Amino acid sequence: MTTLETLVPFAEAMERYEPVIGLETHVELGTRTKMFCGCITTFGAEPNSQVCPVCLGLPGSLPVINRNAIEYTIRIGLALNCTIASWCRFARKNYFYPDMPKNFQISQYDEPLCIEGWLDVPVGDQVVRVGIERVHLEEDTGKSLHVGGATGRIHGAEYSLVDYNRAGIPLVEIVTKPVAGTGAEAPEVARAYVTELRDLVRSLGVSDVRMEEGSLRCDVNTSLSSRGSGVWGTRTETKNVNSLRSVERAVRFEIQRQAAVLDAGGRIIQETRHFHEESATTTPGRSKEEAQDYRYFPEPDLVPLAPAHEWVEEIRAALPEPPSARRARLQAEWELSDLDMAALANAGALDLVADTVAAGASPADARKWWLGELARRANEADTELASLAITPAQVARVAALVAAGTLNDRLAREVIDAVLSGDGDPDQVVAARDLAVVSDEGALAAAVDAAIAANPDVAARVREGKTAAVGPLVGAVMKATGGKADAARVRQLLLERLS
Amino acid sequence: MELTRMTAAELSAALAAREVSATEVTRAHLDRIAAVDDRVHAFLHVAANSALAAAADVDARRAEGEPLGPLAGVPVAVKDLFATVGMPTTCGSRILEGWHPPYESTITRRLRQAGAVIVGKTNMDEFAMGSSTENSAFGPSRNPWDLDKIPGGSSGGSSAAVAAFEAPLAIGTDTGGSIRQPASVCGIVGTKPTYGGSSRYGVVAFASSLDTPGPFGRTVLDAALLHEAMSGYDPCDSTSIDAPVPQVVAAAREADVGGMRIGVVTELSGEGYQPGVLARFAEAVEMLESLGAKVTEVSCPHFRYALPAYYLIAPSECSSNLARFDAMRYGLRVGDDGTRDAEEVMALTREAGFGAEVKRRIILGTYALSSGYYDAYYGKAQQVRTLIIRDFDAAFGQVDVLVSPATPTTAFGIGERADDPMAMYLADLCTIPSDLAGNAAISVPCGLAAEDGLPVGLQVMAPALADDRLYRVAAAAEAAFTDRWGGPLLARAKGL
Amino acid sequence: MSITRDEVAHLARLARIALPDAELDHLAPQLDQIITAVAQVQEVAAEGIPPTSHATGLTNVFRDDVPVPCLGTDAALDQAPAVEQQRFRVPRILGEE
Repeated sequence: MTTLETLVPFAEAMERYEPVIGLETHVELGTRTKMFCGCITTFGAEPNSQVCPVCLGLPGSLPVINRNAIEYTIRIGLALNCTIASWCRFARKNYFYPDMPKNFQISQYDEPLCIEGWLDVPVGDQVVRVGIERVHLEEDTGKSLHVGGATGRIHGAEYSLVDYNRAGIPLVEIVTKPVAGTGAEAPEVARAYVTELRDLVRSLGVSDVRMEEGSLRCDVNTSLSSRGSGVWGTRTETKNVNSLRSVERAVRFEIQRQAAVLDAGGRIIQETRHFHEESATTTPGRSKEEAQDYRYFPEPDLVPLAPAHEWVEEIRAALPEPPSARRARLQAEWELSDLDMAALANAGALDLVADTVAAGASPADARKWWLGELARRANEADTELASLAITPAQVARVAALVAAGTLNDRLAREVIDAVLSGDGDPDQVVAARDLAVVSDEGALAAAVDAAIAANPDVAARVREGKTAAVGPLVGAVMKATGGKADAARVRQLLLERLS
Repeated sequence: MELTRMTAAELSAALAAREVSATEVTRAHLDRIAAVDDRVHAFLHVAANSALAAAADVDARRAEGEPLGPLAGVPVAVKDLFATVGMPTTCGSRILEGWHPPYESTITRRLRQAGAVIVGKTNMDEFAMGSSTENSAFGPSRNPWDLDKIPGGSSGGSSAAVAAFEAPLAIGTDTGGSIRQPASVCGIVGTKPTYGGSSRYGVVAFASSLDTPGPFGRTVLDAALLHEAMSGYDPCDSTSIDAPVPQVVAAAREADVGGMRIGVVTELSGEGYQPGVLARFAEAVEMLESLGAKVTEVSCPHFRYALPAYYLIAPSECSSNLARFDAMRYGLRVGDDGTRDAEEVMALTREAGFGAEVKRRIILGTYALSSGYYDAYYGKAQQVRTLIIRDFDAAFGQVDVLVSPATPTTAFGIGERADDPMAMYLADLCTIPSDLAGNAAISVPCGLAAEDGLPVGLQVMAPALADDRLYRVAAAAEAAFTDRWGGPLLARAKGL
Repeated sequence: MSITRDEVAHLARLARIALPDAELDHLAPQLDQIITAVAQVQEVAAEGIPPTSHATGLTNVFRDDVPVPCLGTDAALDQAPAVEQQRFRVPRILGEE
């Protein structure tokens, strides 16, 4: 049951308050096996088919650290410009919950593996530097199905069914420092941070980072401070933020809600709130009598981690080009303005264009097709560019056919349509439908003569010097050739004939 | 000689020489168990069928001419804290009554592979917390020397089984003294190996940084044989030491203390120590000196804080280790009548399933780790632990081994300290320092106390990975004492 | 007094143990006595002494990221108090995940 919250309109809230945001992101690592045991980590397996004494927490079982999980975490930390700890430990976070087999989670407390980094986040045409407080490793919990309640959620459920396949999968937790000074852009900054972080982590090859699959999870912290007061407000933590859009909307909603509470002279309760997709609202989580005391202490079943300097440097040397550097490099290579580059990014076309260029197209052609015709088609189908049924290689082929004169723009669009409909590769379509531009000069000449003969008045005007009047004659020739002539060549021929 | 009166070494030789079959040896011990265990109550589960099957397998392999290890066909009793497939593992607790682990501990797997015959699971203080087996949910075990006395704890069942000739060998675990103290009060040999020297995988955790599986035997050589067979690196245990097992059998055979420097720990004596215990201990020290050892007094000033530090660290770790017993995945479930939520069912189950001592330690541990208390209690105890390690390091800079009584008194009466936790904790006074430091220690019989005629144990302590020194000294003492006594001490046990 | 009866009750709740009053009456004074005794550690001067959490001195113990056969669903669920749809059935859980 959600109570109707009072909200202050966003712009109004921004007049009186300054938001401070923070994000805690969990990344499920794509290691082959779990954090502390050799169970495989494949998504979507039969319940409780990927468990063992260790990840089930059976009495007597013991954890052993997956070396790759450490390496992947160090990779993330280095990519975020962090310092890697020379010595650190795992710690037990103690609390009772049925999806946690041991009723403690092996995590890190006051000795995280990576600290003090930053991520430069492009927001519109600005770059916001988001400080990174820490990056640490922990184990994931099992998953519960709640049975008997209305929506499959916990409230009103009669009982729950627990699957421990996910228990023990390595999770990296990335915590930002508080981000202040973003003003009305706070929601966008939050979203842009998660986007950039996702792209960065994906480029490292350490995780799929799919929010829809749960391999990237986000909690957003929001607080408001009175404009100019310099005093930070109490923050709330919002969970269940499952998409980039939700990140932005969760921050926006919290700002509006907190502004209303503060305007009314109320006090913000430090609490965990739950984000609801459908209504883009947050509601309070279960109220706790006191803050959880996790009774952290160093994990006695694991010995300390002391990553060797040489190992860390090896990992650093093998880091791939980060997305920001790649973007800068491509922008320079393609000689694009910041605005043009931003347009590519906003359309989600950057990788597609890059791949099309790699397949042989010119940057200009690649941009033209993806931001033009294909963007229009994506819009019509209410889908993402990347989901269209055409590959960068195929787009490059079409552009090549146009450049070679085999296709004109109109024919090219027809080919693209056919490829999108599943009729095969561009070359197959061209052959099957006989779509090549008519380049036989004889046939063209005949069509030109026929058009002149059929339209003597227009022809006369062109002879008199009104070259602009040649349009209808071009149209006639195009029609006669079924659109398969090169319009520019047709115009040229007509003007020659009528000069 | 009766098969049950033979040592493991003697049985091993007889089996190798095919003078006797593993099946005969196993049958003899199963018969002995049937004859006396209703009085001793060492066992919670007797695995007659699987034991005979294992024995038959050894006999078959030996008949084929397959070369077998020294423990092949030798019966071993296993503390009910070790996960064993095909046998229940209760940890002495109602909360695990009937639990059959789906996997095997590394140590019992290795013993089975070596052909040892597991005759059953032995009684213990619940989740290894206690010094008498009176904390077992299934009734105490009794000391074969006097059935109204405790056999020690927490590995009291294993100790009683060996002392009652129900098995020549047994394994237990030592966290605060739970092998050495029972061995001492039962008049047998028990060793706490170097921490990390024997695998904890499959050993239900009490205090992870202290728990050490180890051997019981009636003789030093027997304990050494088992020590070697059960020890060694295990990649499934991150705290396992990747180093060769110390040559304890060779050291036990050498049994020579000439030139060894032995330090008597000043602090492990005095008030609270039974005079008869101190007397036997003093004689043992004299004995070692007469055998050629150089004896001095060594002070370990922080040892007097070992008990309080232990009773902060161990409960803290156990409060976390025992959180998993929550009725959700295995074990007892109480109160799930459809009206209660998960937390209520957890709380009712744990209330019904755990005994008083376990509850005390869980609450104590929860307290010591609480925010606001952590630094003053758990944190401080960890610092004391460092100081105790430094005391040992300094001492071992001057001497090769340290000695003390294994426990301040002989076996006390059943019921005597049962509801006096503080009095019960004092039994661990001498043994705890080695657990905190992680080094090796043994208890070997050094006589009977004059007051009550009950066994006294001599404790020998050595640096980590120097377990062989324990056996060298213990074997020398044993040989000299057996000579003086005119035979093994156990021959005088009157209880059965 | 080192610890009150109420504090003991609170700790028991934290530890998910449903202690009835009679038992609480019995345990609380015992715990008070024990805590007073173990507080002795505070007498030790330990300025600058590092705490020991691990006695072996080992570091960097790892395993390779190589699969090991799992238990199998039957073995995993075999001892469960209640099973439904190949999952562990547990009483209703309160609160947010």
